[in-house]
Amino acid sequence: MSIVNYVRFEFPSVPENVSFARSCVGAFVSQLNCTLDDIEEIKLVVSEAVSNSIIHGYENRKDGKIEIIASLHDDRSLELTVKDYGKGIENLEQALQPSYSSDPNRMGLGFTFMKSFMDEMEISSKPREGTIVLLKRHFLNQDRQAYA
Amino acid sequence: MDVEYKTVRNTLVVRVKGELDMLIADKMRQEIDRRLEENGIKNLIFNLEKVTFIDSSGLGVIIGRYKKVSAVSGRMFIVGAKNPVEKILHFSGINRLVPMYNTEQDIINL
Repeated sequence: MSIVNYVRFEFPSVPENVSFARSCVGAFVSQLNCTLDDIEEIKLVVSEAVSNSIIHGYENRKDGKIEIIASLHDDRSLELTVKDYGKGIENLEQALQPSYSSDPNRMGLGFTFMKSFMDEMEISSKPREGTIVLLKRHFLNQDRQAYA
Repeated sequence: MDVEYKTVRNTLVVRVKGELDMLIADKMRQEIDRRLEENGIKNLIFNLEKVTFIDSSGLGVIIGRYKKVSAVSGRMFIVGAKNPVEKILHFSGINRLVPMYNTEQDIINL
């Protein structure tokens, strides 16, 4: 499996960039000729990961840095990394529980969406150092997708 | 993102246009809560006909308002949600709590 294309970008932790980040990755993934549904799911996943970094990692501070690396592979798969240098996750097991949220105004569905719409999810986090979310998704060939 | 607020008797209608993410979720939540409290409104209709994207920040606004409205024995409805928004509402299970209709007229006809 080798990389056929990749994109890497970083931006400050301001809410305006959530939309920017998901649109960028959505446009990048469209190179795989996947379905519109697939692209919408990837955009949702990016939105959740970046929102988590801003809200939880940086506690809504606007001077944090978020990095995204997206790569496309010759087996029609996407690998996506979202990295922040925020406060990290103290209790990862708790954070991964469906419906758990440290903020009562959120539904705690961020990681649930990421897990549901991607094939693989790995999270590494260190308190006071930050969090890296690694996500992978394999897309079927279009011919196979038509019969899936 | 545009949000239009309209009060009809004791019902607040919130018509949202564009992408419903964390950028507007906080502001929208505050504005809805202010209107619910100041005007003694009991019921709430979210018109999502023109919403093209929703994530868990947007879902949080909806579910949080459902709890508020239910606490005063009010009713809440969602109208006009289309894919991909409708799919996410179903995935989150909100559709099991909040009735969903095609148009605002459907609710008036209830």
